[in-house]
Amino acid sequence: MMLRRIARILFFLAVVKPLLLVVLGLNVFGRQHLPQGQQFILIANHNSHLDTLALMNMFPLTQLHRIHPVAAGDYFLKNRLMAWFSQTFLNILPIARSNFTRETNPLTKMGDVLAQGDSLILFPEGTRGEPEIMAPFQTGIAHLIKKYPNVPVVPVFLKNMGRSLPKGEALLLPLFCDALIGPPCHFTGSKDDILAQIQATMSDLQQSLIGMFEETDRASDNA
Amino acid sequence: MFDTLVNWIQHASAVSQMGLIVVGLLLVASLITRGLQLAKPQSDFSELKLRIRSWWYMAGFFFASLIISPHTSLFLFALLSFLALKEYFTMIHTRLEDHRAMFWAFLAIPVQYWWVFTQWKAMILLFIPVYMFLFIPFRLILVGQPKGIIDSMARIQWGLMAFVYCISYLGFITILPATESIPGGGKALLLYLVFLTEMNDVCQYVFGKLFGKRKIVPTISPNKTWEGFLGGFFSTLLLAQALRFLSGFSMEASLAAGAIISASGFIGDVVISAVKRDIGVKDSSTLIPGHGGMLDRVDSLAYTAPLFFHFTNYFFYHQRW
Repeated sequence: MMLRRIARILFFLAVVKPLLLVVLGLNVFGRQHLPQGQQFILIANHNSHLDTLALMNMFPLTQLHRIHPVAAGDYFLKNRLMAWFSQTFLNILPIARSNFTRETNPLTKMGDVLAQGDSLILFPEGTRGEPEIMAPFQTGIAHLIKKYPNVPVVPVFLKNMGRSLPKGEALLLPLFCDALIGPPCHFTGSKDDILAQIQATMSDLQQSLIGMFEETDRASDNA
Repeated sequence: MFDTLVNWIQHASAVSQMGLIVVGLLLVASLITRGLQLAKPQSDFSELKLRIRSWWYMAGFFFASLIISPHTSLFLFALLSFLALKEYFTMIHTRLEDHRAMFWAFLAIPVQYWWVFTQWKAMILLFIPVYMFLFIPFRLILVGQPKGIIDSMARIQWGLMAFVYCISYLGFITILPATESIPGGGKALLLYLVFLTEMNDVCQYVFGKLFGKRKIVPTISPNKTWEGFLGGFFSTLLLAQALRFLSGFSMEASLAAGAIISASGFIGDVVISAVKRDIGVKDSSTLIPGHGGMLDRVDSLAYTAPLFFHFTNYFFYHQRW
């Protein structure tokens, strides 16, 4: 276990950080919203394999072993190499997407992680879709949040990852990417309410990103 | 002590003297900003401060790479092309089908600068306008999606021409040899071009802010005025004269060079403004603090570098290059 942790830290130092900072040039906005040394559920739109790396990279390297990205078992455990890679370096929590029993129910497995005091990274759209087009959320997360109401939910909106490395593409295109971290959402007693909160924060983040680079009325030219 | 300094400056190369001038100018700019802030504590000068701090860094990288060797400056220009092309591709609309063609466009950068490094003149001039121009559509048809393909071919090729081909002329200028009429060689010519282009940008901006009234292209760039343009134009002509120690040009030649640089730099600026306006963005990235993106810094160079190169080549190198 210790060896795995060291391998993961080295992987992030040698591969992930240079990739995100030098090749892509990832801008992270709203770092003040990140939970510090506290358990969390991080929720993001999903368009690329880069998403998981970018999200994990926001946290201190010494915390990596306590953060588990939830990933489809049928894809990431497809063969032994991929299973070894994703479990060693990405620390994934593999879940079944269909035909699950009471024991392999994804919500039970995610609940176990939270019960240990660890954190989750979740992509509630279920799969990598078209870049920046949000698919409707899977409602299962609301059950999970209801069971662990004290864990803050942090929504993150990712931009351009899906253009940089889209689904089914092996070559990475160096484009500038943005990650916007929103204020944490807290469970208020209703499942519909928490889902609405998350979705509202996500669309706020998406809107603020459009506004950030858009022309303003002063339209001052840059000499 | 003072005498030795003066003595050293007098005997320093034109490039080092130019470096001192730039440091002096930046010091003055930094002091003026500080003075302004002290005089008007209520006003916010943070954007100006950021802009000048970025100038310090850019000038530092530029001179450092040039002093080490002309070849390290090729790396710097290749990096400039890479960042500009990356910013452009990030900003424009592209189809998912364009992924591989855009990837090849990035690969064209090291190849183009390799031709510059090896001084293979025909390839420097032909590789992007001919071979990449033919190859990009080929890579696009392999995907098998004709819808929107004309757009993609045009967008990718335009980015290659503007930010790789035209910017690589900076490298082409750097490798020009020293001759009797141009004793400083390519290094000195490069400094002359880059300094005049950037000062022209700054002067047009300052004159526009101070006296700007009559708009030149209101639908594209509302801040471009005749007052700003002409103020920049005549400042650049004067500077082109003042820096003759660097280029070794005659008076007539430096007037012509100043006019070419000022007018074409202005056009480059407006062209990028139009591109950004088409997309609806003001800043293309947050890469250079206070400057609104890499594209805003290279836009005028993409126009001035090729024109200045061919001007110099025609009149001073008798088209041998």
